[in-house]
Amino acid sequence: MGQVGFYINQAKCTGCKACQIACKDKNDNKVGILFRRVYEFEEGISTKVNGVFKTSLQSASLSISCNHCDNPKCVQGCPTGAMHKRESDGVVLVDHEKCVGCKYCTWNCPYGAPQFNDDLGMMTKCDTCLDLREKGENPACVDACPFNALEFGEISELRAAYGTINEVSGLPSAKFTNPNIVITPNIKE
Amino acid sequence: MKKEKSGGLLNQKIGRRSFLKWSGAVAAPAVLGTSIGFTKLKEADTVLAESKDSTEKIYYTSNGNNCGGRCVIKAHVKNGQVVRISTQIKEEENGQPALKACVRGRNYRNMTYHPDRLKYPMKRVGKRGEGKFERISWDEAIDTIASEMKRITKKYGPASRYSVYGWGNGYGVTSDISSVNKLLALTGGYLNYRGNYSSFQTGTATPTIYGTGSSGNSYSSLAYSKVIILMAHNPGATVFGTTMRTYLMKARENGAKIIVVDPRYSESAKGLADEWIPIKPTTDTALMDAMAYVIYTEGLHDQAFLDKYCIGFDEKTLPEGIDAKESIKAYLLGEKDGIKKTPEWAEKITGMDRNTIKYLARLYATNKPGALMLGNGGQRHAYGEQHPRGGALLACMTGNVGVLGGWASAKGDCAGRPSGWQSRFSSATNPVEASISCFTFTDAIFRGTEMTAEDGLQGADKLDTNIKLIFNFSGNALLNQHSDINRTKEILADESKAEFIVVNDIFMTPSAKYADILLPGTTFLERNDILNPWSDEGYVTVQQKVLEPLYECRDEYEVCAAIAKKLGVYDKFTEGKTRREWMDDYVEAVRESVDPNFPSFDELCKKGVHFFPMDDITIAFEDFVKDPKVNPLSTPTGKIELFSKTVWDMNQHDEIPAIPKYIAAWEGPEDPLIEKYPLQLIGWHFVRRCHSIHDNQPWLEEAEKQVMWMNPIDAKKRNIKDSDKVKVFNDRGTIFIPVHVTNKIVPGVIAVPQGAWHSADKNGNDVRGSLNVLTNSRPTAWAKANPQHTNLAEVEKA
Repeated sequence: MGQVGFYINQAKCTGCKACQIACKDKNDNKVGILFRRVYEFEEGISTKVNGVFKTSLQSASLSISCNHCDNPKCVQGCPTGAMHKRESDGVVLVDHEKCVGCKYCTWNCPYGAPQFNDDLGMMTKCDTCLDLREKGENPACVDACPFNALEFGEISELRAAYGTINEVSGLPSAKFTNPNIVITPNIKE
Repeated sequence: MKKEKSGGLLNQKIGRRSFLKWSGAVAAPAVLGTSIGFTKLKEADTVLAESKDSTEKIYYTSNGNNCGGRCVIKAHVKNGQVVRISTQIKEEENGQPALKACVRGRNYRNMTYHPDRLKYPMKRVGKRGEGKFERISWDEAIDTIASEMKRITKKYGPASRYSVYGWGNGYGVTSDISSVNKLLALTGGYLNYRGNYSSFQTGTATPTIYGTGSSGNSYSSLAYSKVIILMAHNPGATVFGTTMRTYLMKARENGAKIIVVDPRYSESAKGLADEWIPIKPTTDTALMDAMAYVIYTEGLHDQAFLDKYCIGFDEKTLPEGIDAKESIKAYLLGEKDGIKKTPEWAEKITGMDRNTIKYLARLYATNKPGALMLGNGGQRHAYGEQHPRGGALLACMTGNVGVLGGWASAKGDCAGRPSGWQSRFSSATNPVEASISCFTFTDAIFRGTEMTAEDGLQGADKLDTNIKLIFNFSGNALLNQHSDINRTKEILADESKAEFIVVNDIFMTPSAKYADILLPGTTFLERNDILNPWSDEGYVTVQQKVLEPLYECRDEYEVCAAIAKKLGVYDKFTEGKTRREWMDDYVEAVRESVDPNFPSFDELCKKGVHFFPMDDITIAFEDFVKDPKVNPLSTPTGKIELFSKTVWDMNQHDEIPAIPKYIAAWEGPEDPLIEKYPLQLIGWHFVRRCHSIHDNQPWLEEAEKQVMWMNPIDAKKRNIKDSDKVKVFNDRGTIFIPVHVTNKIVPGVIAVPQGAWHSADKNGNDVRGSLNVLTNSRPTAWAKANPQHTNLAEVEKA
């Protein structure tokens, strides 16, 4: 399998966070640990002239986990080699026999993907639900979406189907890490 | 391989015991307090069903709580414990959409294992409402309830007994409320209630127009609509029908334009729609009147439809003896009141630009078929009964009734689908005929004997007694979900009024604190049932018991049966059946009346869901439109009564007009009180709660915090910044809540997500952001229903 990634259809995302809770349930993550996170962005203004409303509001939610980047800063900044990108499909993983919990990766990842677990004293993160994938299933977040706004697969196939947009309002520039995500934006330029 | 799996290692390290430990550690948000009045808790993991089966097994189940949708929940069970929740992914073999759980459904493992579960029966030891309780045995609980029932019934009669509306956690074939009501019916009777807090206004008005509340097509019809207007409707967050969102998405894929009309930029506006048009709360009918004016004056209306199928659009079809000036056309043209219902007129009321009103009217009238879908939010205000009537008028004027892709509007329950409401369990007849609107129960506690037809009393001229005994099973409407919490607290706290209150719940809710006897209930994972979605979509889901009840929790059916035994009506109550056997009885009933091939309960457990055989698409009033003489509606005239003679004869024309009319709401934008309290306050159904259910769930609080929305224009005036804590107040009370300053709400309006559990500080002010501290207990004019989006308030920085 080639490099894997996520497709995020912002235009269909209501921001409900079913993906976030499904991820927490799957990974037994307590409050504060969010392998998948949903952010909201808002643009535009409202006016009220002579009692009449006008609005230029545009808003979008973005569901994001680890982008399993081509150029993962978390891996580069890891002093022990615990954070690594596996060759077979490009998934970025933590080796808990090497992780010392120094949190360097959280400083280096522009997306806030690595999540420190106090109970383990180690870093944790999205592993694309490897165990479910071994059984031929999707990552938990993907199957959870009531609006079918998330997909998972080989990034080349996702790009062929949905284009190559990998940065939107509110996200850092893709040039730093080359994230393996494809986005259909909800906010029109 | 294994060491690469961060999830895998985590699972190894955090076993069952520590899972329970951390779930205890994160318990409830601080503002909720913890386990008030509890004595020592039992260790959670000592009472779990022990099983040596370490392989993961998946069981289908579904939650019958107070949500309109019914989704398929898959409980992953290992070693006797639910270790994960998942949901249906693929569509059914018959092409029906997957019944996917929403964000709330994903948290059910935590809900069941939450450390704050009520664990054993308790009796009140402090003042009522104080929340101090002491553990008692089930025997003592049942004895006390039975003897109080006897005492109060002897002293005040059966009509002094009342079962509070509310379906928090219990719903289905042998639901908690039907169990209580059956018990009460068999032991002398009880004061009936009518309606609900969700849709009583439209439930009252819609049948006067169409003869039924089922004025919606199947949701599958939406795929054929060219334009869909979601007015005060947020299917992106509230699930009225689980399959609805699928067809809205399909409509959009097929090129339909979807527009949301709402004071809030809702989840639906974001992910399901093309456009958001903001409006002031309580003014939707003014918008609809003006749309009707535009459609009529521009000749975009379907005169032939109005002439053939409807009563009262113009003088031609008015009932005999009614003056021509009472017609809808005359009203729109201002022939009686001198006010033309123009977009300019509506602009002043609604805050919506006149050109936007024209645009919306033309869009709807010229893109057929179109669906004007009304949410229940639009009818939950002072004159909310007018909301569905305005919708029906527009649907009729555009000929969108009885057609594929159209929508007759008004209440809009799906018509023509086989119904899963077939339980024979609650067959006992209540000997008491008197009934009140459910929203007036607090009045019936302190002035029941003074209530008359004007207060909505039906079935009797007067009541001989006030309410003296209250059962509140699985609901939070005793206090939290009822308007004007401070008023309700005062009424409930007086032990000389309601003398005995029994509450059953799974958590110490604000209502539960007012119990004299408090019983620990079961969650859906601990009992069997069969569940129907609210709007008949033509399927049922199974609720499969995957755990034995935790702690000393008991199934409500068993509890009511035990009380029935004490009172000598056990056999009549159970009819010889266990709860499980009532499932078989249901299966038999459905096979006889709806679907001869309905699966057995065991088969249903293997499938999770059963779709009745039915047409892919059903159209409300299709037969009527084909031939109104052969297939008349069940209205008095057999036609669509846009003018209702029945309503006219009620002779309250100002507040209950015979035709749809905008009526300025008290505590609305035209109320002079707005000088003192300049902001319109509304609630909304929060995506992370189902009403008040789940408020104490940490994962869901992390997902969406309890905050108030306020427009930057209003925030600036008050020197308020995003995330500030603010004080929101009116004459009824004060709440403290963090504010989210956002353009997602119209200026002049503030919105607090409804359902937060009331929590008072030492001054009696709410510190959780519980909306009902600020809402009005004055009922609506017609249905006598809850007007909870009709409030004026002021905000200042706390």
